[in-house]
Amino acid sequence: MGYPHKPHPKETVVLSECFGDRDARSYDGWIERGGYRALEQALGMDPQDVITEVKESGLRGRGGAGFPAGVKWGFMPKKKSKPHYLCCNADESEPGTFKDREIMRWTPHGLIEGCAITAHAIQAEITYIYIRGEFTEPITIMQQALDEAYERGVLGADAMGTGRQIDMYVHRGAGAYICGEETALMNSIEGKRGNPRIRPPFPAAVGVFGMPTTINNVETLASVPHILTRGAQWYKSLCRSNPKSTGTKLFSVCGHVTKPGNYEVEMGFPMGELIHELAGGMRPGRTLKAVIPGGSSVPLLDREESETCVLDYEGCVEAGTMLGSGGMIVFDDSADMVYQMMRIARFYAHESCAQCTQCREGTAWTVRILQKILRGEGAMTDLDLLLDVGEQMTGKTICVLSDSCAAPVGSAIKKFRGEFEAYITGARQAVAALV
Amino acid sequence: MHETTAHERVFTGDRRARLDDVLTRYPSRQAALLPALWMVQEARGWVSDDAMAEVAELLALTPAYVKGVVTFYTMYHQHPVGRYFIQVCTTTPCNLCGAEGVVEAFLEHTGCGELGTTSPDGRFTVIEVECLGACGFATPVLINDDFVEDVIPEKVPELLGRYQ
Repeated sequence: MGYPHKPHPKETVVLSECFGDRDARSYDGWIERGGYRALEQALGMDPQDVITEVKESGLRGRGGAGFPAGVKWGFMPKKKSKPHYLCCNADESEPGTFKDREIMRWTPHGLIEGCAITAHAIQAEITYIYIRGEFTEPITIMQQALDEAYERGVLGADAMGTGRQIDMYVHRGAGAYICGEETALMNSIEGKRGNPRIRPPFPAAVGVFGMPTTINNVETLASVPHILTRGAQWYKSLCRSNPKSTGTKLFSVCGHVTKPGNYEVEMGFPMGELIHELAGGMRPGRTLKAVIPGGSSVPLLDREESETCVLDYEGCVEAGTMLGSGGMIVFDDSADMVYQMMRIARFYAHESCAQCTQCREGTAWTVRILQKILRGEGAMTDLDLLLDVGEQMTGKTICVLSDSCAAPVGSAIKKFRGEFEAYITGARQAVAALV
Repeated sequence: MHETTAHERVFTGDRRARLDDVLTRYPSRQAALLPALWMVQEARGWVSDDAMAEVAELLALTPAYVKGVVTFYTMYHQHPVGRYFIQVCTTTPCNLCGAEGVVEAFLEHTGCGELGTTSPDGRFTVIEVECLGACGFATPVLINDDFVEDVIPEKVPELLGRYQ
């Protein structure tokens, strides 16, 4: 569902408050809506106090891993001996996820403000906002907002008249899912192929250009100004279930629902309500079959599991999956799980950087086996082979792209094995054309 | 693929000044590589071997290194493409919402017939791409820099009419 539209009554609108409000995109519009007050406040604070406030709020990384943001910032050297960098990860490419795009399209100054506060907290002079190359509109809007922020003295060598240097640049990607992985993103900024790096060293010690670096997702950074103006206690109170998961989260819901779109709810919101009420439920005559809740990289949930799943970091783990980026792909009973898993595996095979054998070979092999099954040429042993290949792809590589392919495929075989077997036995007609 | 005529330099005048400005943003010349390649593509429509060599020289890199980077990123064209380059998302969420039909409609109405080929009039090239990051607006299509949401096969002829 595009903007503007009224939020659903069950939404808790914080980040998405100005979505659809074109006037909020300009500097003046942002100021009228209370913008840049949080930055002014932060620049008057000791960086450590900003970190403490964000730690206290419980804000966790919204890109997928859910690592506490304040703790991550705390890893940066306190005594500064070399340049520090902040990278904003706007390489949103996880299938099913389209929330950062809306943050950049509607509240570019909100993101700049969040980045500037974070840059102050970690004592970074330069921030790179790495936006995926395909996001032409967000790139244009962010660049306009940055130009305005420089003109108005928010950014630059004397940011907001405080004498502090806060520079910020858009760095455009060029088509590579893997650059959303933090160390690949840094390589990409450096003008290299986007291959992930082995950790340690971690970015806080050796990051972009070899300097201490913090990297956060767009949604994480955009949440920071709200935490500063309204306080850590307020942010913590936005919690319906586990106190370790606080604040609001933008969930992107897509696939077989009647009202796909972004919905902002408190952590701990029931997944069943999100799908059936906010996102409009299934099309007439269709029933819910499965959900991949965290972008395509996590195990899928069947109908019963998804209808009882609590949407926070802990709730998703309890249900056997992960919250990830909050990009939910919904499948109704018309979906062919074998075909869809082939399509997902093909995505990862296409996006593998090919550094690690398990990933380069494993993702492509998974596609070939699934295609063989779809053509009606599979054997029962292929299912065990797929699970075995998946196991060899898990926990053995530099980054988790390989694991991300194995997780949905493995869970689909476990939960919808009958569909795979039907192709093998011939009970289901083979797919003629494989796209 | 080598150009048959002598390479006309990309980074002269304003474009050279823009590159110099980009260089001030990074502590290394190499970091300006992705932005420089974007400038080449914007100017010439694709990135030729000669253009890669020019970029290499400007950024103190080798042509082989630049080619290694160009081939990693899918958005840099290593061959000339149609005047309008059409990228249709077909990843899982869009596939669930009928992206395959959208691809077929583009292939039919552009006259391209096949993915990756350019239409006989030189107007269009159509490719399938992985997740464009607008899954709630299936099917998203990128036509040069225009990001079009909610494309269905029936809308394709009218949409193409806007690109002459």
